[in-house]
Amino acid sequence: MTTFDTTLTPADLKSDISRLFLRKRLMNFALPAAVLAYLAYVFVAFDMPGLWERASLDNAKTLVSDSYSYKTHVTRDNRSGEVSVAIEGERKGAYPDGMSPDWVALGETTVIDLEDGHTVTFGPETIAYEIPGYGNVRATPGRSAGVQAELPAGDVPEWISVSKNRLAVTTEAGRLTVTRNRAEVFRYFAGWELFFFTLDSPYYGMGAGELVQRAATGEAGAIFQEFWTNKMWRHRDVAWAIAETLLMAFLGTIGAGIIALPLAFLATRNFMPLRSIRFAMRRVFDFVRGVDSLIWTVVLARAFGPGPLTGALAILVTDTGTFGKIFSEALENVDQKQIEGVASTGAKPVQRYRFGVIPQITPVLLSQLLYFLESNTRSATIIGAITGGGIGLLLTQAIITQKDWEEVAYYITLIILMVMLMDWFSGWLRRRLIKGEGSNAKRKPRRAEGEAFLLP
Amino acid sequence: MADLTAARPGIEDIRQHYTAHIQRKRLYGGILLAVFVALMAAGFRTADARNAGSFADGFTRIFDYPSEVLAEAAEKAAQLPGHLVHFFPALVETLNIAAASTLVGAVFGTLLSLLATRGMAPWPMLIPLFRRISDICRAIPEIVIALVLIFVLGGGPVPAMIAIAIHTAGALGKLFSEVNENASLKPVEGLTSVGATWAQRMTLGVIPQVGPNYVSYALLRFEINIRASAILGFVGAGGIGYELKNAMSWGQGRYDEAAAIFLLLFVTIVAVDQLSGLLRDRLTHGAKA
Repeated sequence: MTTFDTTLTPADLKSDISRLFLRKRLMNFALPAAVLAYLAYVFVAFDMPGLWERASLDNAKTLVSDSYSYKTHVTRDNRSGEVSVAIEGERKGAYPDGMSPDWVALGETTVIDLEDGHTVTFGPETIAYEIPGYGNVRATPGRSAGVQAELPAGDVPEWISVSKNRLAVTTEAGRLTVTRNRAEVFRYFAGWELFFFTLDSPYYGMGAGELVQRAATGEAGAIFQEFWTNKMWRHRDVAWAIAETLLMAFLGTIGAGIIALPLAFLATRNFMPLRSIRFAMRRVFDFVRGVDSLIWTVVLARAFGPGPLTGALAILVTDTGTFGKIFSEALENVDQKQIEGVASTGAKPVQRYRFGVIPQITPVLLSQLLYFLESNTRSATIIGAITGGGIGLLLTQAIITQKDWEEVAYYITLIILMVMLMDWFSGWLRRRLIKGEGSNAKRKPRRAEGEAFLLP
Repeated sequence: MADLTAARPGIEDIRQHYTAHIQRKRLYGGILLAVFVALMAAGFRTADARNAGSFADGFTRIFDYPSEVLAEAAEKAAQLPGHLVHFFPALVETLNIAAASTLVGAVFGTLLSLLATRGMAPWPMLIPLFRRISDICRAIPEIVIALVLIFVLGGGPVPAMIAIAIHTAGALGKLFSEVNENASLKPVEGLTSVGATWAQRMTLGVIPQVGPNYVSYALLRFEINIRASAILGFVGAGGIGYELKNAMSWGQGRYDEAAAIFLLLFVTIVAVDQLSGLLRDRLTHGAKA
């Protein structure tokens, strides 16, 4: 109960209260002001104004458009007159000789239908682009004369660029580039090209119905084989990479738990009477935790080389420190009565630990292991990108090429799905294994002592 | 109950049942353990086989690199203070990335959590949507966003900051909404009755209740974000990680610089760990004074 000092006059009380209010009011302004001042400092320190100049909008545009669409290149070698069709201009996506998509009619004069009335014709000498609403753009590449372009009368619009040796037309329907050596047409399509089967596969272009029918008549293995060994998307390698990442997280987390549990006993007041060992063990945990996982990764990568084992060991070492700390805290909070009870039945020390201690800390132990299993799936992706293993490696490789953004989008989707799945799985397992958490988790989630306080 | 009609079980029956039960339990436990051990062993062998160097070879070499680094650092011990001063700005940048992303992430996390808590959300229909948003933000590893943003924005601290802030918003959004669930709704109702807007209800009715817990979680996140921003520096986002990568790719002859960076990072992490531990203790248990 608060008691009021009756000797205080109302004036004193009022001045006290107004001082309190003033302080509160000042705090209310000072705190946001400090945060704003800090953000302003960061704004300058990170050179945000210069960011706009460094940012490349073109890169952003390619990134976005490439991640959900692809282009097919129709290329004419102007010296030999040969025409080739390839998806993304890659060898892996090239149409075999004489085969072409139905919007390209190969022949003496190749006619490329870009739809909406846009047509490009590769003639024996001249390349023509019929643009509805503008007219016919013609270009004649020659060895000596460069590219001779004929445009309809009037100003050259900005989507056409003409120079002595080059003509480039960019329209909604596609893009035509003519240089002395070759003429190239890009046509854009939505979606991920050749995701299921590459062009050389017998199943390319088949509908889902026909595939199911064929699978039913005994071709399921072959169909899966074609899909699995897809050269463009490398489904097998991607599946392996995901498995490697999960393996890193699993081995690292569980291994750390197995190593940390016995060590944690050495760091507790109630199980380790020797102060020096206790102190040393705690400092070991602090050291291992303090040396960042980045440093462990770098050091271990030197010894073990790139691969999933290095990643697993990096996670293992870092988490041993964290688990050691959490487990030893849990062990210090253990109820002695149960141990005494077990001891009174004549149990040997091992049995005392097994039946008196372990059952008490199992909930903390399991829930921490499962929490970390989920967060380590994310760490394993990051560590994989540094040491070279798992889906992290594939992702960095795809980003470094700076053109396979559809693959980047694919990997990102897979990573997000993988992490969310692990999140759901570890939550489900936690609820199953630790009874009581699922039933009343609706409104008030119960937390074990110290839980979530070291969560990444 | 079906057993009511049956005769009362004798001691023998009970014992038999008990032994059978224990045996079954042991069998299941044994099988589970065997499967688990087999999984671990198989996993280890697979990882070992797919690694560039094998475990047996590497195990003997674990301390080669640290000892080389330490030996060279000891040789050039006189230069160490100079290196520490030289790399200090990079460390400050790493800390700035972590702090700014924690702040930005905490602001968005607060919003997400308020929008996703029953009883506080202004649009209860959209609660699952905001939950999924924070789930997705949480699920994306920072490195993914950072690498993509580095391509668009160029290298530097900003991509790392944005990437970490997104992840932080998701993670804090979840933790904060758990805190919100335990907050009393009475102040909110009181404020509603005097006609307060949603923003007023939240800032005056909810935030004072949950503030200490929020700050405690944000501090924890700051600790984690320092580690994350160091790692992102390694893939090109500036800060101490970038310097470490440079020092490392120079290899021998620059190990003293690597040692200085290791030292800076270690001291920073331990210091922040201790400090935030103290602060969190004060926030959750109240000031001792």
